[in-house]
Amino acid sequence: MNATGLRRDEHMERLKLFGLSSPALMLVMVILVIPVGWLFYVSFIGADGSFSLENYERMITRKSYGRIFWTTFEVSLLTTGICILIGYPLAYFMSQLPPRLANLCLIAVLLPFWTSLLVRTYAWLVLLQKNGLVNNWAISLGLWDEPIKIVHNLNGTLIGMVHIMLPFLILPAYGAMRAIDRDYIKAAANLGASPRRAFWTVFFPLSTPGLFAGALMVFVLCLGFFVTPAVLGGGKVIMVSMKIVSNIELFVNWGAASALGVVLLVLTAGVLWIASRFVNLERATGGGGH
Amino acid sequence: MTVTNTSADALPITVRNVTKTYGRVHALDNVSLDVKSGEFLTLLGPSGSGKTTLLMVLAGFTRPDQGSLKFGDAEMIRQPPHLRDVGMVFQNYALFPHMTVEGNVGYPLRLRRVPKPEIAARVEKALATVQLSGYGERRIDQLSGGQKQRVALARSIVFEPRILLMDEPLSALDKKLRDRMQIELRQLHEKLGMTTVYVTHDQREALTMSDRIAVVNFGRIMQLATPQQLYDQPENKFVADFIGDSTFLDVQRDGDTCLVGGTPLKTTRPVPPGDSLSLMMRPERIHLIEGAPAPDDNVFEATVSDLVYQGESFLLYAHIRNGPEVAVRGAIRGDTYGRLPKPGATVRLGLHAADAVIIADGGL
Repeated sequence: MNATGLRRDEHMERLKLFGLSSPALMLVMVILVIPVGWLFYVSFIGADGSFSLENYERMITRKSYGRIFWTTFEVSLLTTGICILIGYPLAYFMSQLPPRLANLCLIAVLLPFWTSLLVRTYAWLVLLQKNGLVNNWAISLGLWDEPIKIVHNLNGTLIGMVHIMLPFLILPAYGAMRAIDRDYIKAAANLGASPRRAFWTVFFPLSTPGLFAGALMVFVLCLGFFVTPAVLGGGKVIMVSMKIVSNIELFVNWGAASALGVVLLVLTAGVLWIASRFVNLERATGGGGH
Repeated sequence: MTVTNTSADALPITVRNVTKTYGRVHALDNVSLDVKSGEFLTLLGPSGSGKTTLLMVLAGFTRPDQGSLKFGDAEMIRQPPHLRDVGMVFQNYALFPHMTVEGNVGYPLRLRRVPKPEIAARVEKALATVQLSGYGERRIDQLSGGQKQRVALARSIVFEPRILLMDEPLSALDKKLRDRMQIELRQLHEKLGMTTVYVTHDQREALTMSDRIAVVNFGRIMQLATPQQLYDQPENKFVADFIGDSTFLDVQRDGDTCLVGGTPLKTTRPVPPGDSLSLMMRPERIHLIEGAPAPDDNVFEATVSDLVYQGESFLLYAHIRNGPEVAVRGAIRGDTYGRLPKPGATVRLGLHAADAVIIADGGL
């Protein structure tokens, strides 16, 4: 076989490879590129049907929009923060268990995924309402005397969102922690580190990529979250996604809704871009090898 | 060569009646062991023998069911690992991937709150000791296997522990590098003089490096001796079988004489007590007899079954009449290989009286 023949074979192989991946490429086109392109296009259409920037102008001139974006970031940051505070210790605990027990815990963490998001959100509504389980128990136990308002406000929104987002933080954090060779901790101890110092100087730094990946995932998911804040916020916590819905349902203004969607998309991409400068995202999300 | 740490600073290790069970398995079965100060002692045994468990007891990572462990005069058995002040080189090196070489080697010093300029100086000195000067800024994943090995070593000696433990540190290296590192570790030990306990399953490594070797199996120490004693005069069949190659012939005791296949055995070696005895035959101690045998040779008639060329030596397999198959190893010089007997030929094998080692059975 001569050189040109070999080169032709390689060329053919590449063509075949491209052919095999074309259905996937088509799918990405149809479900991603075209809708997003359409979103961009519609966001530049004014109320009279011609090209206009009025949808974006409104976002800058009206104060309420700024507040909505602020609320969105605030709720997302708080949710992420609480998820870290609850999820990291839990992931750490699981990573130290023998694999069989850890798998049981993992199933428990994943269990909520088997139930619909809507069901879980309404369940919280029932639990947290004025005469709900939580209030009744707390009063019976003497924790507080009067039913307190823990739903239809920021508290309820956060409780629901943390519950739903927690697995997204725990899974990558747990994965990163499991991958930490226990000999590192032994080596640290052997070199003179107390358990506490071994944790902070060795275990914690090695687990941060997983923690960061989880936190980023939670934050980005929160930015576009709709159902839980809509149900548990009781209209007091207005996030971007809810404004998009009201623009369409109440005002039938597709242009304004699309512009909001575009801004949210750009902001989310911006967050990811900034994050990628600090951490190798591919590695943190388990995409790349070590 | 400058002596940075004399043997006087090294600590002896005293292990007494240490037992560790996992379920019904005895990982360590009433082990007692004395490591002299400044000594290079190797724990040698097959996998699952308990040698690593014993090392982990010394390091403090495994808590035994009972027993005592002393470094010098201080009882250590309940001391947590971070207060034991022993250096350890792990099998996979366990270098922290989020720190540079300098960060790794300086880690034990930072824990001990050594002032910064002194840390830099001592790290540099430790790196120089393992011949890695100037590698301080490197990341761990930029190092080759041999370099990682040296960094791990530097990290374990930089805080000048008086005891150094090593868990199969060379097993991940290729053969050439392993051979070189064996010599380097040996020289480093002579230079630093710390009491060293080294774990390996590689008998050649153990024979090359150690002052003394403890052969471990079934959680017990089968024999503790110098490399030469261990090879020349094994105390039991396990050690004789595990170290080097050997074939065993049944020995009958008849008063003061020993009979092999009905013939009295000529030997200058001590005969152990007991009735169940074996003659140990090492391939390189057996020779082919041409012409008349020497007066203190034991002679065995045998039939050649195979002849193998191995470069520097040949290996000849022969069936002893009414006995097992034995291997004979000899050097190849000039045209000796061409003149060796071919399979099927009858030969006489000689074993000198000084090489006729009699072993008590048991231990297997």
